[in-house]
Amino acid sequence: MIKNILEYLHSNTTPGEAGNLFWVVVYVLLVFAGVSFGVVFMNWFERKVMAHMQVRLGPMRVGPHGLLQPVADALKLIIKEDLMPANADKLVFWFAPVCVVMTAFCSFIVVPFGRTHAITDMNIGVLFMLGVSSLGVLGVIMAGWASNSHYPLMGSLRSGAQMVSYEIAMSMAVVSAVMMTSMATGTGTLSMIGIVQAQMQQHIWFGFSFFPVGLTAMGVFAIAMVAETNRAPFDLPEAESELVAGFMTEYSGFRWSLFFLAEYTSMMAVSSIATTLWLGGWLRPFPNLLGGANWDTAFSLIPGLTFLLLSALSFYSFTLMPKLRSMRGSTLGLGGFAALLGLLGAFMLLPAVRVRVQDIFWFTLKVAFFMYLYIWYRTTFPRYRFDQLMKIGWKVLLPISIGVVILTALIGVRQELFALVWR
Amino acid sequence: MTPVATPFFFYLLSGIALISAIVMITKVNPVHSALALIVTLLACAGLYLMLYAPFMAGVQIVLYAGGILVMFLFVMMLVNIEHLYIEKMLNSQWRVGLAATAMFALLMLGALVKGAGTLPQHIVNSPENSNVQQIGLLLYGRGSGYYMFPFEIASILLLVAVVGAVVMAKRRV
Repeated sequence: MIKNILEYLHSNTTPGEAGNLFWVVVYVLLVFAGVSFGVVFMNWFERKVMAHMQVRLGPMRVGPHGLLQPVADALKLIIKEDLMPANADKLVFWFAPVCVVMTAFCSFIVVPFGRTHAITDMNIGVLFMLGVSSLGVLGVIMAGWASNSHYPLMGSLRSGAQMVSYEIAMSMAVVSAVMMTSMATGTGTLSMIGIVQAQMQQHIWFGFSFFPVGLTAMGVFAIAMVAETNRAPFDLPEAESELVAGFMTEYSGFRWSLFFLAEYTSMMAVSSIATTLWLGGWLRPFPNLLGGANWDTAFSLIPGLTFLLLSALSFYSFTLMPKLRSMRGSTLGLGGFAALLGLLGAFMLLPAVRVRVQDIFWFTLKVAFFMYLYIWYRTTFPRYRFDQLMKIGWKVLLPISIGVVILTALIGVRQELFALVWR
Repeated sequence: MTPVATPFFFYLLSGIALISAIVMITKVNPVHSALALIVTLLACAGLYLMLYAPFMAGVQIVLYAGGILVMFLFVMMLVNIEHLYIEKMLNSQWRVGLAATAMFALLMLGALVKGAGTLPQHIVNSPENSNVQQIGLLLYGRGSGYYMFPFEIASILLLVAVVGAVVMAKRRV
């Protein structure tokens, strides 16, 4: 048993492929904890970034710079009374948030944080992620219908129509990336790890291959994924100026917080699809320009150094804190936070650790880029009208994505085509 | 490591599929029926996985998630749910239905008894990590794409249906 557990540490596969039940459980717990922490962090970060973009301060009271605000919010939501409308369909009303959360977390089974840092590798990875994330919309529809109320029903109908129209453009963009995986070897793959390995073999991230084509596919996906996750400017299912809170109107307390959790989790899930398909997954930037063993070592130091830099910044603001009796708790908290970051950074600099950690660092950084874009969209764009949304989905994104698929196929077989023409 | 495809999972999945199928046809409320239907389809996807056909399982989930969604919308927009509770649930054609069911059961039994020799005793294990590639080769492969023509015919059939729907809807606008 223990031998079996230790043996895995020397293998180069994911625990799912190795069939090691112990490490599968550990990885599932780690991914669950990590994603939940990411949601908590996103909650704070979104409010902070939006506030600074609108020249406000945002949460400042709970903890240093409002760092503990999400914890306070979560506590409030759990304590809050959980209401259920009298004429609601009890079973469906209960099951809707469960369904949404389950599907959102389920797609993280195949997300590759690194070659060995995924729960498992499936041969149908991308297909699985798309399928499971589209099941989540069923939960939204169930919530809207079971509430037995007008606004939620309108919200869920909108959500359904939106998902059906944007899913096609999204899948077409994915098809173009999957076609690119077959360029070097002749056989493509749908597996998430296989896709990143194909980018490693071809020495290019698919976002930049066939120059404008890959980038266009990524753009189409990046727009469609905002619509899929019901975020601004496509947040019509929960448009608060028209539908109160859309499909979540009748939900309160813990059930509402499940919807919140699922929304951010599925945002991260689709961001990690985009990262894996077009931004090279866990691969470090500039593998060609700055290649070689020395540069590999230099880049593997970056995660630890980043944490040390953050620690130094926190320590600097710790010294700037006013020396007041009432602020002593916050000051000490910030100092402790700086020390924690510093310890983490030093730990990540150890040679044995940094080899394993750098994959996770680069992957998370790229996902964080997309998550920042989500916040940026929300503060920048006004909400679309529903006919405008349909127009963008069917008349703009769909033709572009079909064109991208055709262009990818044509460029992929260009040598055979030239051979035919110049025979 | 023992394979996942144990008899326990087969009985579990088929049990779920059968029970939710029965729930689907006995529920009065069509929304509940649609929910039971998706449970049946997910259990079937699990059965495909046990048959080493992951691509089928994935496509099953992707297609039917959208399909059930549209069915939901139909139910919400077209069906008057209050009316359904008053209506008689089973119509008076149960004799014909029973006869048809018995005939079908006989047919299946006959196939099982007579054609037992033609059933594969062991699943032809195509390596799991190249299942999608095998399907691709069968559909499009140079020299091995035996199913290219039927596949294209089926796509054209679907395209005709889509164009027909658009034409019929357009006339009224």
